[in-house]
Amino acid sequence: MSDYRVSHLAALEAEAIFIIREVVATCQRPVLLFSGGKDSIVMLHLAQKAFAPAPVPFPVMHVDTGQNFDEVIEFRDRRVASTGVQLVIASVQDAIDRGLVTEPPDGTRNRIQTPVLLEAAEKYQFDALFGGARRDEEKARAKERVFSFRDDFGQWDPKNQRPELWNIYNGRVHPGEQIRVFPLSNWTELDVWRYIGEQEIELPPVYFAGPREVVERDGMLYAVNRFITPRDGEEVFTETIRYRTVGDANLTAGVRSEAATIEQIIAEVAATRITERGATRGDDKTSEAAMEDRKREGYF
Amino acid sequence: MTDAATLAPHGAEDTTELLRFATAGSVDDGKSTLIGRLLFDTKTLFEDQWESVTAVSAGRGDEYTDLALLTDGLRSEREQGITIDVAYRYFATPERKFIIADTPGHIQYTRNMVTGASTADLALILVDARKGLVEQSRRHAFLCSLLRVPHMVLCVNKMDLVDYDEAVFKQIEQEFSAFATKLDVPDLTVIPVSALKGDNVVTRSENLSWFEGPSLLHHLEKVHIASDRNLVDARFPVQHVIRPHSNDNHDYRGYAGQVASGVMKPGDEVMVLPSGFTTRIAAIETADGEVEEAFPPMSVTVRLEDELDVSRGDMLCRPGNQPRVSQDVDALVCWMDESKPLRLRGKYAVKHTTADVRAIVKDVQYQLDVNTLHRDESASELRLNEIGRVTLRTTKPLLCDDYRRNRATGGFIIIDESDNRTVGAGIIV
Repeated sequence: MSDYRVSHLAALEAEAIFIIREVVATCQRPVLLFSGGKDSIVMLHLAQKAFAPAPVPFPVMHVDTGQNFDEVIEFRDRRVASTGVQLVIASVQDAIDRGLVTEPPDGTRNRIQTPVLLEAAEKYQFDALFGGARRDEEKARAKERVFSFRDDFGQWDPKNQRPELWNIYNGRVHPGEQIRVFPLSNWTELDVWRYIGEQEIELPPVYFAGPREVVERDGMLYAVNRFITPRDGEEVFTETIRYRTVGDANLTAGVRSEAATIEQIIAEVAATRITERGATRGDDKTSEAAMEDRKREGYF
Repeated sequence: MTDAATLAPHGAEDTTELLRFATAGSVDDGKSTLIGRLLFDTKTLFEDQWESVTAVSAGRGDEYTDLALLTDGLRSEREQGITIDVAYRYFATPERKFIIADTPGHIQYTRNMVTGASTADLALILVDARKGLVEQSRRHAFLCSLLRVPHMVLCVNKMDLVDYDEAVFKQIEQEFSAFATKLDVPDLTVIPVSALKGDNVVTRSENLSWFEGPSLLHHLEKVHIASDRNLVDARFPVQHVIRPHSNDNHDYRGYAGQVASGVMKPGDEVMVLPSGFTTRIAAIETADGEVEEAFPPMSVTVRLEDELDVSRGDMLCRPGNQPRVSQDVDALVCWMDESKPLRLRGKYAVKHTTADVRAIVKDVQYQLDVNTLHRDESASELRLNEIGRVTLRTTKPLLCDDYRRNRATGGFIIIDESDNRTVGAGIIV
């Protein structure tokens, strides 16, 4: 330490902690979007570090599609209990039952999450919503600010973003408007895995390779579960897979992998040649501007 | 494209340093091709990204794959074939992890250039070897020097189109060096490359055997940045007060923040501004335990020996080395709002370090032409992308240093109080 240098992971951690503290100091009612996915787990870990020895001073919220991996929900509840934070669940199933949103014919609930998220934000008057999104994930995200302003309708206007200079963040909003905050903006997938390894952060088992019953659909491997049933002509076979991202169980594909430990995953991620969303998310393949369009509607 | 088997596949050891660099130049200069080349040759570009770009490019009938499609992420950018906003890109080698702030080059995007340069350790300016220095290159160099980017690299691109002629390169190098001396650029390196052919981007090239300097990537990996930080003037803007309200930590009171500059150690005598009280640092903590010293960019929690009234926006410094404490601030301001200009007597919110104040524009001294550096002293307002020197009077004193000496305590943003938008950036002179 005598030469006053820090590693790049330490620099990224310091930046994220600064951002999280800045939100708590300047916004009225922050909330952390927490799905039990690895990025949100890292976010909760950073939030704990930012305010130690005090507890995390904001609740976490899960926009629950009802189509999650069981292991992830089990992990979510256990992690929340051990942290002592309040968990707010915004239920998509409940919103469908109330008629707020209509389930699309194909059963994918990714897009109808947005009105549910916005309704919950309004109900609880959340003015700052932390997300674990990273700029390396997708090219619309590569353009988004760390503090991303959303209007009364939760919409992102990519052509009218607030300039963001130095480490001076502008989190001012009028009532009804929000800031979406992305403390992991400058992290890459590999950084996240290295940090998980370095900090010994616990993850749900779906991230580690294991034998699972799968079907191959559009070139991707989907585990057979409550939400994925084999279609006519689809063959069910056993494959050793793990998940690089964890979204809805009916949308997220696994990748062939033998990586059963963090070290093995880091080695595999370092050598991989396909982005994590490209490899595993059916929902992002729709069009060149799929993510930009969803963000304009208020999606994270 | 060339094989770079010696490079780790977008991986790096945990002890690597972080280098942030901003690129400036237009699509015509081959900037996107250069970035694409860096990503491709360091094996950072993923196959599905490459397939997506080649497919879109082929679909449009392009003769070759347009690497700009990698960085131009917004629909309107792809439609218009221009870069509108700063895009961030990431790659790593065994030596370093890099964050690229890819900024648009046209004058109407000066604010984006300023934004990208504000956090950069290094600025990479591109010129086309056939065209030499143009107005835009000089403007970019000026803006980077204004924002005190510590290192500047001029990349003379498209050397393949001038037959790798050393004389062409020398001519541009001399012209730019002469210009740079007027700008106070601390460290300038000029490198000939061909982004399209890959000459001297990642590896040195036979075609440029007369060039004795490093390849671009080698320079980015080796340029010494550790001493760019100000490690002399201890400045700790208090961000948040941590008080746990629990029985275990009943009397705990910690001041959370990120070290702006200087080095702090337990036992150091510190002064709290603006109150002026002095005390000593009892401990410097992180969630992982106490640390022996804190320096930029560490985020820490400082505990003091005495119970003083310290709150967000206050600053810890050394009694013998204090920032300026002043309500009258002279600054160069870059205006960033398209709808309303900065006006004399205008009132705004100002955010400086962790302090929020209000300010009134007392004087617009001059507007600066970013191409000619001519000062127009008749100006009374600043419009979008204009830079000028103004005098502000703030409601509370700013705890600040000259931006030249301290980027962290010398910069501020200006916010329109009616709609909360960030409308300007200021650097204190």
